[in-house]
Order: sequence, then C-alpha cells, then structure tokens
Amino acid sequence: MDYIIEMLNIRKEFPGIVANDDITLQIKKTEIHALLGENGAGKSTLMSVLFGLYRPEAGIIKLRGKEANITDPRTASNLGIGMVHQHFKLVEDFTVLQNIILGAETVKNGFLKMDEAKKKVIELSNRYNLYIDPDAKISDITVGMQQRVEILKMLYRDNEILIFDEPTAVLTPQEIDELMGIMKELSKEGKSLIFITHKLEEIKKVADRVTVLRRGKCIGTYNVKDVTKEFLSEKMVGRKVQFTIDKKALKPKETVFEVKNLSMKTKGSTRNTLNKISFKVRQGEIVCIAGIDGNGQSELVYALTGIQHFDEGQILVNGEDWTKKSIRYRNSNGLSHIPEDRHKYGLVLEYSMAYNLVLQTYFTDRFQKRGFLKRNSINEYAKTLIEKFDIRSGQGPLTTTRSMSGGNQQKVILAREIDKEPSIMIAVQPARGLDVGATEFIHKQLVEQRDSGKAVLLISLELEEVMNLSDRILVIYEGEIVGELDPKKITVQELGLYMAGSKRDEVKV
Amino acid sequence: MKNNTSLSEFFDNFRRKKGTANFISSLIAIGIGLVIGIVILLVSNPAESFAGFFTMLVGGFNDGTRSLGNVFYFATPIIMTGLAVGFAFKTGLFNIGASGQFIVGAYVAVLVGVKLPVLGGFQWVVGILAAMIAGAIWGAIPGILKAFLNVHEVISSIMMNYIGMFLVNYLIKQTVLNVYTNRSLPVAATANIPKMGLTTIFPGSSINGGFLVAVLFVVLIYIVLEKTTFGYELKACGYNRYAAKYAGINETRSIVLSMAIAGMLAGIGGALFYLSGAGVYIEVVDVLAAQGFTGISVALLGMSSPIGILFSGIFIAWLQIGGFYMQRYSFVPEFIQIITAIIIYSSAASLIIRNYLEMKKLKKDEKRNQSGITETVIDSLRNNKGGKS
Repeated sequence: MDYIIEMLNIRKEFPGIVANDDITLQIKKTEIHALLGENGAGKSTLMSVLFGLYRPEAGIIKLRGKEANITDPRTASNLGIGMVHQHFKLVEDFTVLQNIILGAETVKNGFLKMDEAKKKVIELSNRYNLYIDPDAKISDITVGMQQRVEILKMLYRDNEILIFDEPTAVLTPQEIDELMGIMKELSKEGKSLIFITHKLEEIKKVADRVTVLRRGKCIGTYNVKDVTKEFLSEKMVGRKVQFTIDKKALKPKETVFEVKNLSMKTKGSTRNTLNKISFKVRQGEIVCIAGIDGNGQSELVYALTGIQHFDEGQILVNGEDWTKKSIRYRNSNGLSHIPEDRHKYGLVLEYSMAYNLVLQTYFTDRFQKRGFLKRNSINEYAKTLIEKFDIRSGQGPLTTTRSMSGGNQQKVILAREIDKEPSIMIAVQPARGLDVGATEFIHKQLVEQRDSGKAVLLISLELEEVMNLSDRILVIYEGEIVGELDPKKITVQELGLYMAGSKRDEVKV
Repeated sequence: MKNNTSLSEFFDNFRRKKGTANFISSLIAIGIGLVIGIVILLVSNPAESFAGFFTMLVGGFNDGTRSLGNVFYFATPIIMTGLAVGFAFKTGLFNIGASGQFIVGAYVAVLVGVKLPVLGGFQWVVGILAAMIAGAIWGAIPGILKAFLNVHEVISSIMMNYIGMFLVNYLIKQTVLNVYTNRSLPVAATANIPKMGLTTIFPGSSINGGFLVAVLFVVLIYIVLEKTTFGYELKACGYNRYAAKYAGINETRSIVLSMAIAGMLAGIGGALFYLSGAGVYIEVVDVLAAQGFTGISVALLGMSSPIGILFSGIFIAWLQIGGFYMQRYSFVPEFIQIITAIIIYSSAASLIIRNYLEMKKLKKDEKRNQSGITETVIDSLRNNKGGKS
C-alpha cells in the first residue's frame, strides 16, 4: 500500500540493445522521486513504458497496489499520470486557458463552457501558488509561466502522478528556485512527483529519494538525505567525476579579437536585435557570453562568423578589419567556429566523416589537385584526427556522419576546428545534448586551447558551464551587454539577476 | 576486434551500402509495377494478356538486333533528360524544366542543322554545342531567379517549359518550317550524328553515335559529382545549405551553375534526338516535350545517380519498345505509360519504405553507439591522464 506506483523488473529491448534491463522503480505516495541518469541511460524509455508508448518485454506496472495494463498514453492519462515535457507542448496562438483545457474541454450541447473552466483554473492556480494570466497568449508569456501552464494542465486533469522531464533546462536560477518551491508545494498537497534530471544540485534541493540509472541498468535507489553529490555522480557515471576543471592561472596576452559597437537591426522593428556590442578577447583566456536563450546570442555569432550581415560596428582580428570579410576568408585566417546547431550548421550529415573533416579545407592544395579531390590525403588526414581526438565510429573515415552518436559528431567538429590552429575559437553551446563524460572531454579541450594561448569565446546558456570555464563573463540581455563579471567573485544568483535583466552595469571596454 | 571480418559481417556491410539499398528498392518498385501491370492487362483484355505481358518484358528482343538497337536509340534522349533532373536533384534542386530545356536545345540544333551545311563534317558537333548553350541558358534562368530572388525553381522551371515550347513553335514558323507537314525542315546530312559503327552491330535500327555521347556525359557527370571539389561543393549545398554556407561555399554560384549544367544536359538530349537521322522533326504543336517528363521518371528510378540513370533510361526505353510490339495484340502503346507510372509510384513508395528501414537501423545504431560512448570517453580520458602524469 505504501507505493502509489511500482514498475517492477521492467525490461525493454530494442534491436541490438537493452534499453531497460530489469529496472525497478517504486514511488511512494506524496514523495518527490528523482530519476537520475545520463543521456541514453534509459530514463526516457522507462517513462515511455509508464506512459504506454512502449510495451515492456518483461515486468509489470502496479498502480496503488493493483496491476495496471497501460496500453497507450490515453490510458495513462486516465489513470492520473501526467507529464511536463522538456519541450513544452503548447499552442502558441492560444491563450493560457485554452491551452490548459485543450483535450479536456467541458462541453454543453457542443459549446465550450469556458467560464466554468476558467473558474477551476483560477482556483487551482491560487491553491498551488501557480501565478498565471489565463487570458494571455502563450507566445507573449515567459518560459517560466509557460511551464506553470504545463503544470496546471496536469492539475486540471486531476493527475495524481506528475512527471517532470528535465524541467529546469530552460529556466533562470530564480525561476528554478520558484519551480522547486512549487514542486514541494505539490507534494505537500498530496501529489506524487517523478523528477527526471541529471543535475545533482536540484536533486539535493527537492527530492526525497533518487533512483540512479546507468546504461539501461538500475544502479540503486537512495534516500537523498543520506548521500552526497559526489556519491550520486559516481553512481551515475560509473567513476569519479571532476566537477571543477583544472585551469592554469590566467595569463592573458595580446588582444586577438575585438568587437566595436556592433549593431544589427531587426526587420520591421525599431528595437535592435543587437545593440552596440563591444568586447575584447585576449590570448589565453576564455570569455563567456552568458544569457537566456533568445537574447541575441545566435545573431551575434552569425555576425562574428560572417553568416549574417550587420548594420553598424567593426570586427578586428589581430588588428585587421574583418567587418567585410567573407566567411571563407575568416575560416581560413584564424577563425574557428563550433556552431550551436551541429546538425544544421556544423556537418553535412550525408557526407562521410572524412568529408566533414575537410569541410573548410577541401579546396586547399593539400586536399585537391586541379579540381579533383585527393581522396587518399583526405582519408589519411581523417585517420590522424580520428586517432588524436579518439572519434569512435563504425567504418572509420568512411562512416556516414548521420549514423554517428551525438558525442562523436561533436568530436568531429571539435577536431576540425581545433586542428585549424585558430587565433580565435568561437564555441557556441559546445556541450549541448551531450552526456557528462562527453561534456567533460569537450570542456577539457577548450581549456587546453586556452592554456596553449588561444583566445576562446564561449557562448553558453548553461550556468554551470559558464561558471566553470570562463575567465570573464559578459552577460547579454535583449541584444545588449549588461554586465562584465568575474566568475570567481560572483554567485550564480547574482548572475541570474543580470541574465533576467533586473540588474545591469554600465560596461566599459 | 577490427580484424574480425567474418562472412556475415561482409554481407552486413553489403546490405548496409547505400548503393545496394538503392538498387534493391528500385528492383522492388519494378516488381510491383509489373505485377500491377499484369492485373491491368488481365482486366482490359484477358485472352491476350499474358502474350502481351510477355511481349512487353521481351522488349528489345522482339525483333532481334533491330529492336535492340532501337532500345538504345530511345534511351538516348531520356538518359540526358534523366541526368538533367538527377544532377539538379543531387544538388538540392528540383528541375521540372527539362522539357523546356530539351526543346530549346532541339530547336537550336535543328537550326544549325538546316542553316549551316557549310560546316561540313563539324555540323553535328556545332549543333550539339549550340544546344548545350541554349539549354544552359534556359536552365540558368530559374537558377538565377532562385539564387537572387528566392523564386522557387519548381514554379519557374515549369513556366519556362511553356515559354520554351511556345517560343520554339514561333521560331520554327519564322525560320525552319516545313509548311506542308507543319514541322521543322529536315537537317542536312552532315548534321546527323554519325553512326559510329553502331549500325553494323544493330543493323536495321535507328541507333547512332548519340548514345555514346549520352554515355560519355553519364561518366562525366559521375566524375564531376564524385571526384571533384566542384561536385563536393554542389552536393554540400544540396544536402545542407546551412552547413555549406558555414563552410564558406558560395551558394548563389552553386545554384546558378547547377541549374545551368542541368539545362545543358537536357539541351544536349534535344540535339541528340533531333539530329539522330531517324526521320524525326519538331512538330509545331502546343504540347510539352514528353522526354522532359520521362526524364523525371528515369531520374527517380535511377535514384539520381548517373550510373543508375543510364540503366533506368535503358530499362524504360526497353519497356517502350515492348509496348510498341504489344500493338500486335491490340494493346495501345499508351499502356506502357501506365506501367511506367506505376513503377514510378511504387519506387516512390519503396523510397519511403527504405527511409523507414534506414531510420530504424539508424536508431538501432545510435542506441548502440550511445550506450558505448560514455565508456569510450571515459577510456579516452583515462588514457589522456595516464599519458600526462
């Protein structure tokens, strides 16, 4: 009777891999139960089984002590299981209220009864301190409020078991604190929560118990009070993890990269996407541009790398004016760029790994002769990089890039960009979507670049990454640099205030 | 582990190869098309259906070397238009305008063939060269519109088909009209492409050196796409224009050149067909050249690969010849168009099936890789540490 939900000895196989191997997850009533694991550990498969998206090969699911046969998501929903997805499932052009009732509308004679629904929503939002504006359009409200709408959607359906899939990924530190409060509130009110995450900090903050998955296997379930962060990370990764990265003392030398008053206009708006951005990056330092997604970071990178034109300002590299230089000129003269979206910009997925490794150098004499590609040189070159960066793949240089794992695809880009021996390396979200091990590898490589005297510009949304890697932090808010901070002297909370736009300095360069 | 290349692994690799998958899915499509074809035959004329079906399959063997030679003769223009569609498609462009490019090339070739007998033995070469230029211009226009004004090439190339057709009709009336037959005048004997000894192999057929020209371009296009930096750039733009831009490839130039080359190929097709010396003339009718659209079928069935296009062009020509001989059993030759259409439909369907299978395989591979990656990264880190300390 103790457990509201029990998943006993679940086994789910996909051809060639066991995604869930004899996993047992038992959730007590009104607890917050964290599900911890790296990418590919089997968390989402397990939740898909709970939701009826997959049928397990073995094992049973019990709900309130009774065996339940969950065949599809609708059944799961009827049984009171709800989920907040990492990427919200909201209709942008609908109001908050319309989104909440979508799929569970109260109807009378074929007409919607919005008044009743609105009353219920407002009541719920007051009861759980979930502040929302029921008549606002989704496209006009903040990410934090969108998440509250998602939570209300579950509450509106009287769900008892609430699953949160990596809910903090899109939030500022302040919003995260708020969410933690809401989660505690919900459990106090009698709901049971499953909290999927790989952030140990958050588990320590809110969860009662935690189940750790690693590579499809259940490593164990622990009381959060009784274990340390280090213990959990070791269980998750299977070895000791370094939380802080060893960096040599900062020894910045000459300025390599300088941006002066860069502005980019927005089409059809008087407000600029980027407004008078100025900064410098010196040799041997990592400068990080931190900010919440959508504050002009992408446009800034496009401007710096030549992908998009900007209206005013100047870019200087080693004193040379790059403002009007072509993408190819920049690529061949000391700029490395690890793009935000590796599938869109970084790689031609249909090409072999070797072809992707020469994406910016195929036209040099090393790889072509009179317009014909030198396959042998390309493959030889690829082999040396594969060895140097330990890129794993099925068929070596000839592997189709699409068939490689995300971590290895990112290594291909990293190898290509580092091997160019750049004077300035622009890395945008370099660890996006990668697991702890791969992230650690990428971070190490960036720090190595810095230590060897390269200038590194990091653009990141991950606070942990920002705090760990950077020597200087520039905060971008609505297309402007609103603060220059020293990671050693500032707290995450303070950084969050800058990112949210509630604090700003006059930045002088 | 690396040296363990067992037999099963060999077959596994064979199965995984993209070319193999393409080939197999084309074969499946042909199979499905033929089965449905036999059903239609049964419905329309049960008594003669199997005899008719057999005739179609026998295709080029119906009348010995004559019909066999004619298969290659029929295949020549549709291989060229197939290349025109397939080449553009490889570079991410959908060239529906092969019909217009074909007819524009044909007209210019005929014009040279009628008006310039002074060129003597070079007349046919000049005719082909002129057709190349005309086709290239006709193809480049939608390319320029796309590159500079972002006009979708499907729309503009379809419109160019009609402009091409009406323009050629008008120009024939102005320049090379045979008023009695309402079609173009016959070209000079020196404008006909030499037989290059092919008629001695296939006596009685209309085969000529044009087929060899088509094969030459198949090989050329293959080399350009697979071996050159130019092909590397074009394909990069086709697969992922964003990554191409990131790599500093000039996309505007790629689009224009790709469409111009595609148009050039179709234009050559027009020259090869109307300079074949087989007694064909450009009819002054308001109908788009069918070869342009057959080219789309050829490219689809050949999966846009030059070598695949060569064979699918010959295959469709084979069926066309078969359809010609099916008239013996009172089937109309249009019947072949139905069968071809079904084959194309099912090849599109098998493409979907193949993609589905590939996706499934990919997911499997990804899972496999992902489960392995943590370990591999850890290993590598350990090695790194060991190396440094």
